[in-house]
Amino acid sequence: MINRGNQDRGNNRSGNKGHDTKRAPYTGYDDLKEKMPTEVKAYGDHRDDGAIQLSFTLPMPCCEEAKIAAQTLVEKMGFQKVNVIYTEAMGPCFTFFVVYGCSDVVVDLTKIEVPKLDFPNYSYEQVNGLIKEKIGRKLVVLGACIGTDAHTVGIDAIFNMKGYMGDYGLERYTSMQAINLRAQVSTKQLIEKIVALQADAVLISRVVTQRDEHIDVLKEFIQELEQEKEVASNLIKICGGPRISHQLAKELGFDAGFGPGTKPSHVASYIADESIKRLAR
Amino acid sequence: MAKLNLDRDMIDSCRELAGDITHPMLVYINRHSTIAIERSVLRLLGFDDVMEGPDGMPYPVCNLITEKLDRKRLYHGVATFVAAIKKRYPRWNQSKIAEKFIRGEVNVDKLEEISAEEALLVLRPWIDRAIRHIDKMRYKKEEMREKYSSARTPLKYVIVATGNIHEDVKHAVAGVRQGADIIAVIRSTAQSLLDYVPHGVTTEGFGGTYATQENFKIMRAALDEVAKKEKRYVRLCNYSSGLCMPEIAVIGAMEGLDYLLNDAMYGILFRDINMKRTLIDQFFSRVIIARAGITINTGEDNYLTTVDAFDNHHQVLSSHFINESFAKQAGLRDDQIGLGHAFEMNPTIEDSIALEIGMAQLVREVFPRCPIKYMPPTKYKSGDIFFSHVMDAMYNLVGVMTNQDIQLLGMATESNHNPHLQDRFWSLKNASYIFHGARSLSDELVFSANGKIMRHARQVLDRTYKFLKQVSNTSLLDSIERGMFADISRTKEGGRGYDGVFEKSRRYFNPFLDLMLSGQNRGGRRD
Ligand code: B12
Repeated sequence: MINRGNQDRGNNRSGNKGHDTKRAPYTGYDDLKEKMPTEVKAYGDHRDDGAIQLSFTLPMPCCEEAKIAAQTLVEKMGFQKVNVIYTEAMGPCFTFFVVYGCSDVVVDLTKIEVPKLDFPNYSYEQVNGLIKEKIGRKLVVLGACIGTDAHTVGIDAIFNMKGYMGDYGLERYTSMQAINLRAQVSTKQLIEKIVALQADAVLISRVVTQRDEHIDVLKEFIQELEQEKEVASNLIKICGGPRISHQLAKELGFDAGFGPGTKPSHVASYIADESIKRLAR
Repeated sequence: MAKLNLDRDMIDSCRELAGDITHPMLVYINRHSTIAIERSVLRLLGFDDVMEGPDGMPYPVCNLITEKLDRKRLYHGVATFVAAIKKRYPRWNQSKIAEKFIRGEVNVDKLEEISAEEALLVLRPWIDRAIRHIDKMRYKKEEMREKYSSARTPLKYVIVATGNIHEDVKHAVAGVRQGADIIAVIRSTAQSLLDYVPHGVTTEGFGGTYATQENFKIMRAALDEVAKKEKRYVRLCNYSSGLCMPEIAVIGAMEGLDYLLNDAMYGILFRDINMKRTLIDQFFSRVIIARAGITINTGEDNYLTTVDAFDNHHQVLSSHFINESFAKQAGLRDDQIGLGHAFEMNPTIEDSIALEIGMAQLVREVFPRCPIKYMPPTKYKSGDIFFSHVMDAMYNLVGVMTNQDIQLLGMATESNHNPHLQDRFWSLKNASYIFHGARSLSDELVFSANGKIMRHARQVLDRTYKFLKQVSNTSLLDSIERGMFADISRTKEGGRGYDGVFEKSRRYFNPFLDLMLSGQNRGGRRD
């Protein structure tokens, strides 16, 4: 491949190093690549100035008192050097504010631990090759957006033959029998399908998250799945959606969770890797 | 002003093809009714109360009656049955009839068979009262619109969706004060899948507020109030879609709504509602909507979220022709057909904004007399609310320079949640600035002949013709089954609500269908 300069090199590397988020941001100069700091404060235009911008509404008419109220509110949050830089009436009963303030709060990065999925990022060919070689049959992979949620674009991005962001969808993988039930699928229907097809992996999408409805629905799925005796014991349970993190997925009893920007090859790699690991166990 | 130099013959041919596509469907529609249509008839006849159902919960009486009624009787139309009771017990009013029948205190077998002519005579006072009321609400709206100058287009359309109708009113009033012309109350998630219309004032909803008659009334009164203060008419919008499509049309007509989202195919594709049910329901809904002087908003813009917007604008345009054809058959005038399309191209495409101008202009020119409804970017919006706001600005510019009629304002927070009060404020400020600042831009603008915009627009029209040809060769139902629209495939007997579809008997009677379709809705004043 022709070297088109630094930026491309940066991208190429991410290709085989697992999750992009793990890498320090690309600075443009390899020799200046900073290590992860051990603590951080908010950054405005210089280190540790603590500058933060806020915007919010107060349910009161726009007047001098409103401005002071906004100032006090932000000060009470612990901000210093509070500056209400913009105020405007939104109808007679509400006022809009833009406020700047500085915060002394420091976050100790050494105390932060985020459970992350660790799996190699395989290419399309590698996934197919590995599954063929190590498992010797097609994996049955079922997908659905459950409950009354009618959003299919996310689950389709992962499944559709034609793919997503330059990546083939699971339906194209020769090593998988990928079936996408799309949206408004009830837990019951999905579990029946899992049993009927003896699925190896189930992929659930939830996009609507109002009032944490996604959490209830995902929990309910796991509970009902546990009641069902005929489910393959090593079924891989995956969920995804714009408000899903791996951490949340684990808490809810899933094996893995995928959030915004997921590509089908991430999911395929994880499924291949996890199936092979489970086979070995 | 025509700028794209489109082939008018091809547009005419598209319209003819759409007629070929909808004609066989209309034959089918005429022979069938649905449980939702029968419930709507009951609502129109004044059965709009609730009673305790078998499970002790309150249900609309129109549901309780149609569910209790033997299907063999329902085939004649619920109005026939009501007329038979009314004939036997002339002094019973609606609640008495409902109560007696639901409690099983009417000996149905003893009722006399009644002809459509006689039924019409027996029910005439109730029928006339409903139609008079709908007409009254319509005239009231028309008077208000005449009295207060209407805003210039694009009209600024914003949504409110707190789940609590009283909170919605606050958001709506604030929005109007900042320049909103249209307030749409988004419905609670999955209300479209409920086979009944919730009743009363509601203060809790998921991702939206339940559409109920009381909620409509509250919002209408609030908007009329601010309209007086602002001396500017404010339009109210809701959703006539889902399993209760015709019932919402009825309550929308009763409560003086201006706009209803109403689409011949949206429910099939995006909510998995049975296709036959939807097609039959949309027809009767539109008959009512036509009479009530309401403008429909169609939902083709949604296709561009499931298929790529750059490659598939022809699906949107094709569906416009189909929706238009269905709408005309139900008696809607051009100015009541708000066709929906959207600014949904992937922002990383080079010239995406230029091409969006072409698409917006194309829809404008193909349907010059329809109030075109332009939808904002949504799919490519992320949590970067600042970038999102820039996308909305571009969208607003395209809207004003291509003379769209209704601009549903984009929200910077689209990817996160229903709009907070301040989100709507930014959005209105954005639109007001751009509409004002680029007011005459469209008059100043010409496209270079054979330039990128014109070529793309012509290509889309070309593809639209081919696509419609394919649909007309395949039939509409089969085309949907094959996933030709929005890349979503539905089966003819699948989806929700098919058990509510039935063939009409020879004696079938629906007074409103006959009266409202028979040319009695002509001569209304224009919007
Ligand atoms: C397109 C869209 C629609 C379309 C859906 C069409 C369809 N067939 O999918 C239509 C118009 C039908 C629609 C309807 C509604 N919508 Co909508 N919609 C959107 C929109 C604009 C884009 C969503 C999208 O397609 N994103 C693109 C995909 C590719 O991204 P994604 O879903 O995040 O998926 C990626 C990852 O999350 C992940 N992923 C997702 N699922 C899974 C699953 C697995 C197993 C894995 C591994 C990965 C994975 O991989 C994907 C690719 O990277 C968003 C706003 C936005 N910009 O996000 C609102 C949005 C999601 N909708 C919303 C709402 C409220 C609704 C309605 C309820 C509105 C109403 N009151 O009627 C209705 C839904 C009714 C219902 N029963 O669900 C809200 C949700 C708010 C919330 N937080 O709960 C949003 C955020 C808009 C808003 N601000 O109000 N919507």
